[in-house]
Amino acid sequence: MRKSPGEKNRSQAIVTRRSLLVGGLQAGLVGVLGARMHYLQVSQSDQYRFLAEENRIKISLIPPERGQVFDRTGRLVAANVPSYRVTMTREDTIDIDETIARLGKLITLDPVLVEEAREELARRRGDVPVTIAEKISWEELSRVAANAPALPGVEPQVALSRSYPLKSDFTHVVGYVGPVSDYDLGRIEDPDPLLNLPRFQIGKTGLEARGEELLRGEAGTQRLEVNAAGREVRELGRVEGMPGSDIQLTIDHMLQNYVQARLGDESAAAVVIDCESGDLLAIGSAPAFDPNLFVNGISVTDYKKLIENDRRPLVSKSVQGTYPPGSTFKMITALAALEAGVISPEDTFRCNGKLEVHNQEFGCWKRSGHGNVDLLASLRESCDVYFYELALEVGIERISAMARKFGIGVHHDIPMSSVASGLAPTKDWKREVRGESWVIGDSVNAAIGQGFVLASPLQLAVMTARLATGRSVSPRLIKTIDGEEQPSGAGAPLDVNENHLRQIRRGMYEVVNHARGTGRGSRIMGEETRMAGKTGTSQVISRRVTCDEVPWRQRDHALFVDYAPYDNPRIAVSVVVEHGCGGALAAAPIARDITLQALYGEDPPLSEYPARDRGRIGSQQERLREMRPPPRGEEPGRA
Amino acid sequence: MSYLEYNVKYVPTGPRKFLYINWPLALLLIAVASVGFLMLYSVAGGDLSRWAEPQMKRFGAGFVMMIVVAMVPIWFWRNVSAVAYGISLLLLVAVELFGETGMGAQRWIDLGIVRLQPSELMKITLVMLLAAYYDWLPLKRVSHPLWVAIPVLLILLPTLLVLRQPDLGTSILLLTGGGALMFIAGVHWAYFAAVIAAGIGLVTAVFESRGTPWQMLNNYQYRRIDTFIDPSVDPLGAGYHITQSKIALGSGGWTGRGFMQGTQSRLNFLPEKHTDFIFTTLSEEFGFIGAFSLLALYALIILFCVVSAIGNANRYGSLLTLGIAVTFFLFFAVNMSMVMGLIPVVGVPLPLVSYGGSAMMVLMIAFGLVQSAHVHRPR
Repeated sequence: MRKSPGEKNRSQAIVTRRSLLVGGLQAGLVGVLGARMHYLQVSQSDQYRFLAEENRIKISLIPPERGQVFDRTGRLVAANVPSYRVTMTREDTIDIDETIARLGKLITLDPVLVEEAREELARRRGDVPVTIAEKISWEELSRVAANAPALPGVEPQVALSRSYPLKSDFTHVVGYVGPVSDYDLGRIEDPDPLLNLPRFQIGKTGLEARGEELLRGEAGTQRLEVNAAGREVRELGRVEGMPGSDIQLTIDHMLQNYVQARLGDESAAAVVIDCESGDLLAIGSAPAFDPNLFVNGISVTDYKKLIENDRRPLVSKSVQGTYPPGSTFKMITALAALEAGVISPEDTFRCNGKLEVHNQEFGCWKRSGHGNVDLLASLRESCDVYFYELALEVGIERISAMARKFGIGVHHDIPMSSVASGLAPTKDWKREVRGESWVIGDSVNAAIGQGFVLASPLQLAVMTARLATGRSVSPRLIKTIDGEEQPSGAGAPLDVNENHLRQIRRGMYEVVNHARGTGRGSRIMGEETRMAGKTGTSQVISRRVTCDEVPWRQRDHALFVDYAPYDNPRIAVSVVVEHGCGGALAAAPIARDITLQALYGEDPPLSEYPARDRGRIGSQQERLREMRPPPRGEEPGRA
Repeated sequence: MSYLEYNVKYVPTGPRKFLYINWPLALLLIAVASVGFLMLYSVAGGDLSRWAEPQMKRFGAGFVMMIVVAMVPIWFWRNVSAVAYGISLLLLVAVELFGETGMGAQRWIDLGIVRLQPSELMKITLVMLLAAYYDWLPLKRVSHPLWVAIPVLLILLPTLLVLRQPDLGTSILLLTGGGALMFIAGVHWAYFAAVIAAGIGLVTAVFESRGTPWQMLNNYQYRRIDTFIDPSVDPLGAGYHITQSKIALGSGGWTGRGFMQGTQSRLNFLPEKHTDFIFTTLSEEFGFIGAFSLLALYALIILFCVVSAIGNANRYGSLLTLGIAVTFFLFFAVNMSMVMGLIPVVGVPLPLVSYGGSAMMVLMIAFGLVQSAHVHRPR
């Protein structure tokens, strides 16, 4: 088609006009783009810059190393050991089944855990590492690490975990740690962000729980640059945390082991305290259990076994258990009467097997009666009527005041779980708590450690130590924190007449060493190691029956307190055997063994025992030796 | 129109043509491409070989190609326009039938030596054909309904084929580019007014009908639109690209974080950081100044094209130049609008900067045509 020059000019004019129009539109759009750029990059810059920072920086916590616990000789009681596990991250894994199969060829996988992990991998976000194997050995971990290229998304992890090398020996003292539970988060007001870390371990019972603040330390923080997948690219900065404090106990692990072994499967408790310093050398409670079971979460069957055991292995009986102290309380009653001046040691009362007070009959354990008894004889032979008479004269208020002076009904603040205060009852107490008024029978019962009086084995040991020294010794469980010596438990002299105390000690001496003493069967033969003690039997139900006639649960508790050596008291011991029938029968032999073990620091020579016991004791020593912990050096070191 | 219509006396011949190339335009292209090399080097984390080097080689080859195309007389290109369009269309159909799927869409065809993206080719051949069409069509018939229907069909055919791939970005480019060329060629404005009015009516109807029994789109399609309007409703899903892209841009500030210091792109918060979203890296690292400079370079390229076209008495050359300019404009305008959150995410690369061989080649050939029109314009 030919075009005329005119048409050509016209068409060119149209093109020019229209292209300028389009060009103008384009210029306008460029203007819009420029304005938008300005808006985003200049006007809104601060906001977006902030968002970008938020995007790229992740702050992660560095868990501190938990403080370790040592015994008084420096033996590790609660250690941190590396725990190895393997995690898997979905988005980095190409083929989950294939990778798990390959992993299975390298290490033994727990099918239950693998199933859980599969389920979790499917459920959780793609960038969350999920544990697929735990508690694996170092060899297994290195095998995984060496084969990393063939295992995309699989990562070997190392974390510190708590371990209790002495197993059940320290369970009741040190307690155990466990992963933070939802229950814990609701229970404790602790804003520490560490608690939100998965599988972070906190103290659940015992020293681990009470000393949590000391042991935990402070978290460090790590500022990490992360990419869109949340993967760490590099570390931008780090603030080091503080490791937890190391704690050294006053407990001696060898003695503690002996005590636990000696108590065995009895439902029993024993406390050994240094008479001068108040250092707790052993705090035994039986039965015990292996605290390592709890560290990674205990299995349901194991837990059920512990819960259903009627000897209550989970209870730390030495400090949590309170028992009517029975005749072991008689020293307090006697001392109260002596101090009040209502009797003198030579005064005698006649015991004909029972005492009638306000038409109510109170029997002596010896139905036939003790005849005329003075202070020494009444302690030695544990005559109840003598103390009934004292109670009538001295009254409950002075008895209870004396009990508190000796640590009964007083809270001893040692860092263990639920330390019981016991009870030294008063008239006010009964009115307030029970809403009844005090009757004379209550005083009579209290005089022989029955009725409302309650004491824990720890309190009985403290009482005995105070009787032995006449000083206000208080128990101490922690020797040093981070190497710094803690205040000693040695106390000022008690405001008690030394002559009266001497009478009481003499009585306790005769309990064990006099031909008619109730604890004579458990005497110590050595001149230098002779002990003084007191038996006690406290009624569980008020019925006069012999042991064999009733089921275990209804039998009387057996108690024994002692200190040794008599001339130069070094240690005091209390033993309670629940439902052990009689103090002389069940508690005193244990207390003697423990006393000797504590005095010697090892198995005592058989010459310390009466000749007829030596054979039995010899084989017992042999049996208990097998339960000793392995010698030092085989324990795990600081990781 | 014949060869004789040109005033041959004033058209350079032989090697002298080389001097008549629009060198300022060529320099602008080099400048823009260099920005691309820099950014590709940066997003690869300082690795030249990953993206920057192949891109440089392609641009070099493309530049040579541009010169070669520029040396060929414009009337040759006019004469092969229809054939070129026909081949592109055939290739589009071939992709539809035998194409390989790449990046979730069927776009590529394997020719053995090179993998070709016919939709890219269509962008120029459509412009070539339309320019030739209006060069041939007498002015008085330009607005005649029949003669309007023909180019509309020529535009719609490839647009629908590309849309089926699916490649929304390219089909928008084809549709708008073709429409713009028709407008420039002098088609009566009433047609455009009618189309725009119909478009607005349709969009209104789509939104108004939402929630009624007569709603025109599926619910998920509405949700996609919602996400575009407010990306924060789905920051980790569909809105993720836009949100992260805006963060990258915004955190650039006036002067940017500095070369290779962009955290958003380097840490993979940005998707497609070396292709469609490369502008965000530029914005983050060089700030408003850097981003605006690139925009200015692009605007200058358009300006040089428009000036060249207006000064060109040859109708084919003039229309072709303007058509290519509009397509080029649409390229970067759509890309920038997308990363700045002005329009939804459609897959359109930043011309000459984004990594990609096919688009780079086609663009350089297009500028070769612009150069050829410039060199061979009647003087």
